[in-house]
Amino acid sequence: MDPAFFEQMAMPLFDQLYNFAHWLTGDRSDAEDLVQETFAKALKGFRSFEDGTNLRAWMYRILRNSYLTSKSGLAAQKTSSLEDDEEQGLTANSMSPEALLLRQESYASVADALEALPAAYREIILLCEVEELSYREMAQILSVPIGTVMSRLARARKLLRQAITDPVAREVEQ
Amino acid sequence: MTCQQDHLTLAAYMDGELTPERAATLERHLQGCAGCSAEIAGLARMRRGLSAAKGRYAPSDEFRRKVQSQIAVKKARPNVMRFWSPAIALAAAILLCVVWLRSSNRTDALSEVADLHVTALASANPVDVVSTDRHTVKPWFQGKIPFSFNVPEFGGTEFSLLGGRLIYLHQQPGAQLIVAMRQHKISVLILQDSAQLARSLPRSNAVQQLAFNISTWPSHQLRFFVVGDAEPAEVEKLAELMERANP
Repeated sequence: MDPAFFEQMAMPLFDQLYNFAHWLTGDRSDAEDLVQETFAKALKGFRSFEDGTNLRAWMYRILRNSYLTSKSGLAAQKTSSLEDDEEQGLTANSMSPEALLLRQESYASVADALEALPAAYREIILLCEVEELSYREMAQILSVPIGTVMSRLARARKLLRQAITDPVAREVEQ
Repeated sequence: MTCQQDHLTLAAYMDGELTPERAATLERHLQGCAGCSAEIAGLARMRRGLSAAKGRYAPSDEFRRKVQSQIAVKKARPNVMRFWSPAIALAAAILLCVVWLRSSNRTDALSEVADLHVTALASANPVDVVSTDRHTVKPWFQGKIPFSFNVPEFGGTEFSLLGGRLIYLHQQPGAQLIVAMRQHKISVLILQDSAQLARSLPRSNAVQQLAFNISTWPSHQLRFFVVGDAEPAEVEKLAELMERANP
């Protein structure tokens, strides 16, 4: 694609990408660095971007790969491992059903729980629930098959629900 | 009754990833399955809880302008090129056409001259007047062409006159002399010079056309061509003889 069209096509994604970057890094200045790097890389590689393919997925992919190689990204990967988490059982929650329902819809508790999720699960929840990307787009961004997207997403939701409904259990787990 | 639906299908339904047919099938199932309905409700609740995470973090205007100017500055140059390159290409194409037309015009008289030479040699009767005598050949053209020219004395040179014939070039009648030089046959063409003929000739006097060496020059409203497969120097020599005879 002609780089002349880049601004016109990529700037509408600016806010979304920034939000995603901020959630990933948890910090404004890191998020700005990440978004800036993403736009610079995308502009540089825009000639190889084919018209008709998914620009949104392409940009998220660049951002995500930049994040993984950044300082905060590398740190996040060290503290979370998909394989270790995968086999852990979930503790039963001990709150009343009414309180649980309230917690699940309370933004503060959801945000806390989301921030506490291991990076890979936080990432896929953000891509699916917040950025509303399709399974196919997520598969492109994460470089994994759609089947892996589905299973990782299911696992992430389970962990998130557990973290929301039973913050104490989460504290204990860590 | 045990529910056959797996969690991934329920999630895919919530995420809008099922085909319309599969979604319709699942919806029918949900009407009768409390377990699956509860799971869908749980996913929906989580989605509502997460909805506030959308746009939770907004970039500052300052940062937006910074990134925008970065990608805009780099955009400026290719943008200019994008506008200019078709214009340049078009101009180049027009220029090429003009040059080509001019050069093809400049050589088309020569290719006809070469054709006349080849036609004469290929003919069973290459000459209309067969004579080695210039005093026979010259008068033969009288009344056939609207001009007169001198045939040089070939005695003592490597050239010998074979004869002459009437030709037409650009609808103008002219004379063709066939001159032999060892095994080579060289044509001398004499025509009335015209602006049209001059325009369709190259600027250079000695040129090659279809591997023939051609020498051409104007002289007193006449236009001379010497064309043959002999060496350029030999063609030039015959041209000089003709030029001297028609000063």
